[in-house]
Amino acid sequence: MIETPPALAGTAGGSLLVLAILLPSAGILLSFVLGGRFAERVALGLTPIGLATAIAIAILVWRSRAPLVYNVAGLPPPLGIALRADGISCVMLVTAALVIAAAAFYARASFATPENVSEARAPLAFWILIQAVWAALTILFVGGDLFNLYVALELLTFAAVPLVCLAGKPETLVAALRYLLFALFGSVFYLLGAALLYGAYGTLDIVLLAERVRALPAVWLAAGLMTAGLLAKTALFPLHLWLPPAHANAPAAASAVLSGLVVKGSFFLTVRLWFYVLPALPGAAPEAILGALGSAAILFGSVLALRQPRLKLLIAYSTLAQIGYLFLIFPLASGVHPWIADGWSGGMMQTLSHAFAKAAMFMSAGLLAESLGHDRIAEFAGAGRVMPATFFALGLGGLSLMGLPPSGGFAAKWLLLRASAAAGQWPWAIVMLAGGLLGAGYVYRILAPALTDGAIVLKAPPQRSREAIALALAIVAVALGFAPQSFFDFLQIGRAAASALP
Amino acid sequence: MNVSSLAGLVGAALVGLGLYGLIVNPQPLRKILAFNLIGSGAFLVFGIVARRGAAAAFPFDPVPQAMVITGIVVAFAASALAVALILRLQEETGKVTLDPDVPSKPPVTGASNP
Repeated sequence: MIETPPALAGTAGGSLLVLAILLPSAGILLSFVLGGRFAERVALGLTPIGLATAIAIAILVWRSRAPLVYNVAGLPPPLGIALRADGISCVMLVTAALVIAAAAFYARASFATPENVSEARAPLAFWILIQAVWAALTILFVGGDLFNLYVALELLTFAAVPLVCLAGKPETLVAALRYLLFALFGSVFYLLGAALLYGAYGTLDIVLLAERVRALPAVWLAAGLMTAGLLAKTALFPLHLWLPPAHANAPAAASAVLSGLVVKGSFFLTVRLWFYVLPALPGAAPEAILGALGSAAILFGSVLALRQPRLKLLIAYSTLAQIGYLFLIFPLASGVHPWIADGWSGGMMQTLSHAFAKAAMFMSAGLLAESLGHDRIAEFAGAGRVMPATFFALGLGGLSLMGLPPSGGFAAKWLLLRASAAAGQWPWAIVMLAGGLLGAGYVYRILAPALTDGAIVLKAPPQRSREAIALALAIVAVALGFAPQSFFDFLQIGRAAASALP
Repeated sequence: MNVSSLAGLVGAALVGLGLYGLIVNPQPLRKILAFNLIGSGAFLVFGIVARRGAAAAFPFDPVPQAMVITGIVVAFAASALAVALILRLQEETGKVTLDPDVPSKPPVTGASNP
């Protein structure tokens, strides 16, 4: 019997990680077998249980101040596959559970199976796909093996692409096809990089690789290939072309999940790669490149958002810009410096607050489009008076996007600014300030016409319960701005670089 | 040159050809074929990795083979999904293009799906 080193051994409560993955996976199978309106009931019934599981995992990690580990079938790596949940896994698990639950309850009105039939194509597909997105994200957040993560990434793509074209209209089909082609490019490059890493070190386990990785040419090549692939899936400038049409044409509940969560999946994996697998690489140059691409995305996405005539397209372009902020985490949180705690907290806070704010905004945009029959911003005059709750949610979400206090977006951008000032890396600070101004510009463009006088005829008033869901998400995005220091300490759990600091 | 390096070079060439095709060809079907070409290159690299037996204890490492099989299944599923999308697009518009502005209903021919 070979002794398992303590770093690789399973921990108590690790089976909760398996439960978190099994719940939505079992939901998919059950929905498929039972069919019809049972799919909706299964999906809705699972959301509170999944949320409770995610919270339980977070509490266990909080108490033990160490990652939760489960070795599948009791086999430790390198032969077995490990599941691990550290601080950032936990917050992403809870965020995903909350946004998926909100999207599911919001979608009940649009994806109910009609009374006179036992099963309809679009609702059945939607309820199965949303659980598939959830399952894939859960594996992505807790996976400890790069090949296992590849499979999760593919599951996520296969669940997300059909969500784009649920309506079946030609423009949605084109958007889905473009999305799929970019995603396939991304996954095959990721796979090639994984092959090179396996060839060099004989394992793809994250903890083992982190111990063994040295700056060899094969490792640099693998890092480049995997990063390029992941950037295509995250839609970082200049690989962003697929995102605006895909996110703007999807049904509102699907857009909320795609923009809020799905792009974060591949971003999360990029963070895993650079901060957990490759910290041994002397990374200043690649991290500066990632930061520069992020800066370009902030400026480019914001300027294009300013020019969009339709609300959903504007919100989709704003996603491009907000993804840019995420990538500032690479130059500002790497290495061993006094400012990396701020950079790390800021980057993760941006991930969380954008997930909630953007989901709230897409849901509000969906309500607007249903009530007005269009989403042309120029014709919003008077809409603020007849749909106050919807515009309040849009405004609160916008507050977070442009980074005004008090909001999660403000906390994120403030921490990133502080890190860039401490590091003396001024270009990032200038881009962030410019991005904030442009963000204020596009949020103003939505709200200003809506608050003017105008006669407007609603096709149907928005449902109170759906307005409440969007508003609740926007309030969470704002409330994140009041996160205490202990929350940021929690985000550091399981991070190797942090423990190297005095 | 030994067999491993030859196979490695062939894998690299396949990836290069596939990437070129994916970027240059405008037709979606050709892009999907190009994606499969890159995939074959990646699988070949996995094959060489297995032959080298990187996990020192094995004379011939079985793990990459398991990965290749998984990879092939995933690539097959991806191609099937893409082809299904193309077929549906053809059905809806009568032509297959990635141009976001083009599609609109064609002059009606044949039955439409419910």
